[in-house]
Amino acid sequence: MNANPESKAGISKPGSATPAIEVEGLECRYGDTVVLNGITFAVRDGELFFVIGGSGCGKTTLLRHLIGLMKPAKGTVRYHGENFTNENLAARRQLLKTFGVLYQSSALWSSMTLRENIALPLEEYTTLNRREREEIVALKLAQVGLAGFEDYFPAELSGGMRKRAGLARALALDPRIVFFDEPSAGLDPVLSRKLDELILQIRETLGTTMVIVSHELASIYALADRVIMLDHDARGIIAEGRPRDLAATSNDPRVQEFLTRRGEEVGTA
Amino acid sequence: MSAVPTPARAEAAPEGEGLVINLGGAWRITQPLPAWPKVLGDSRPHAVRLRMDGVERWDSSLVRFVYEVQDWCRAANAACDTTALPETVRHLVEQLAQAQEKRVPSDHAQNILTSVGLAATDLWRQIRDFANFVGECTLSAISLMKHPGRFRWRDCLSEMQQCGAMAVPIVSLSSFLIGLTLAYTGAIILRQFGGDIWVADIVGLSTFREMGAVMTGVVIAGRTGAAFAAQIGNMKTGEEIDALETFGIPPVDFLVMPRLLALTLMTPLLTMYANCLGILGGMIVSASVLEIPPSAYWVETQTIIDLSDISVSLIKSVVFGMLVAVAGCLRGLQAERSAAGVGRAATSAVVTSILLMIVADAIFAVLFNVLGI
Repeated sequence: MNANPESKAGISKPGSATPAIEVEGLECRYGDTVVLNGITFAVRDGELFFVIGGSGCGKTTLLRHLIGLMKPAKGTVRYHGENFTNENLAARRQLLKTFGVLYQSSALWSSMTLRENIALPLEEYTTLNRREREEIVALKLAQVGLAGFEDYFPAELSGGMRKRAGLARALALDPRIVFFDEPSAGLDPVLSRKLDELILQIRETLGTTMVIVSHELASIYALADRVIMLDHDARGIIAEGRPRDLAATSNDPRVQEFLTRRGEEVGTA
Repeated sequence: MSAVPTPARAEAAPEGEGLVINLGGAWRITQPLPAWPKVLGDSRPHAVRLRMDGVERWDSSLVRFVYEVQDWCRAANAACDTTALPETVRHLVEQLAQAQEKRVPSDHAQNILTSVGLAATDLWRQIRDFANFVGECTLSAISLMKHPGRFRWRDCLSEMQQCGAMAVPIVSLSSFLIGLTLAYTGAIILRQFGGDIWVADIVGLSTFREMGAVMTGVVIAGRTGAAFAAQIGNMKTGEEIDALETFGIPPVDFLVMPRLLALTLMTPLLTMYANCLGILGGMIVSASVLEIPPSAYWVETQTIIDLSDISVSLIKSVVFGMLVAVAGCLRGLQAERSAAGVGRAATSAVVTSILLMIVADAIFAVLFNVLGI
């Protein structure tokens, strides 16, 4: 307990024994069609974890199951050791507070200003008064580089700004885990790199666990601590590890094709 | 799960002229948090020193607390020492302080002259937009008459089914009930004079000359006008209208004309149907309450309704159908590109349609009076 305060700072305690997310034997279906089968993996606290794979391999489906938008046919998802797939609604609601989601289209509520967008979860889940909430909103917007944009409506912002505002909203309750669905979709390479830097910076300051669904090689190589790769035909995970290790050592042609298609260019860029 | 975290705490301890604030426990924004005024109590220190050795975990709530302490110190002219806090916390507090400085208080209040002026220019703009749109539709209609092959007949037919056949149940119910109500109201007075049979005249005339067309108009405004606005507004949000424009297909030809023709043709049919059901409603009340045989009611109706009443109903319904279609499509094309914008477009389409129908109805009343129809 008497270590230097720096090491205790942050939302999560890196290196804690319980994984942030544990997925065991997850089966995802659309009706009778099995999309993913036997998915098992764990994400460590404070890790930058990527779910990668070609289009249509079930990345987003997996994400929707992890965040509770779809109910798994089989298997369990645990957050910090607590079961998320059980039926208890109150317990699920408690767990919902511990993660934030940045949707592909940002999904900001269009009839509300950025202030109202970020303040809504704070109103729902905290006892902060109005002034305190506004200070948190200001801090969140400042963290994503949008200080002073409180009174803007989402429609008045550019795509990159909307993405950052969506991130500010995902961070509103200081979640221990943040999920990203294709964060660089619709952004140019420069904006995409800036968003990557922002993700790294937030992880450094807050120690947040990040799960990112993406097929952007540049981001995968720049950010990922570890990746799992999904495949459409295998309906499951075909590779797991650090992206550079996988590119160097994997014998699976599907992994090689995906990771080294432009891997050389990215490496030298 | 690790052991249950201790609640966040902030304890003040005197230190010479000032206070040391010892922060401890787990600071989670979703949990109860200490309030600075309570921690401070009655003391008014000259200096405040913050320590967070006992903090197990922290988030924005701690950053905000430190900011509040700093803010209080600035106002109270007290020294605030945060050097014992980790660098990350100080950096975030600094970020929050800068963000607060950048904030411009939003004041959208306007004085009454500005509001009136803005409302007037807005009204003028709306009238101009409407006139422009009617002009565009006219030009499009002329060009489609020259090249009928370019008209989207299939879309038009499916719209006809949507706004005509599918509207029959609701039009039946509303017009039947209106006929029923008219007959009851008429009976109250006419009975006193022994003129029960004239209920047929009241129901027939008011249905054909007024209620049939107006009620059908209101129903299609709420049903079809709103649907047109929402559908076209949503297409605009999804850049579908832009895609039409870049293919060189005028949205008016493609989207508006089929709907306009469909509604202009279907509204008179629905209105004639509504008129008949209105008379049926009156007939049932007369037969059951006033004991007038349906045959007598029918004969009386035939004496009062002539071709001019039927043409009044037809003319009105054609115009109402056009107005609803134009208002619905125009509001859809004007919609802002957001969910809220589409909602506003649908509302505005209904309001505009009903307003225009009432104005048109008043003009018709004067016109028919002058012409003696």
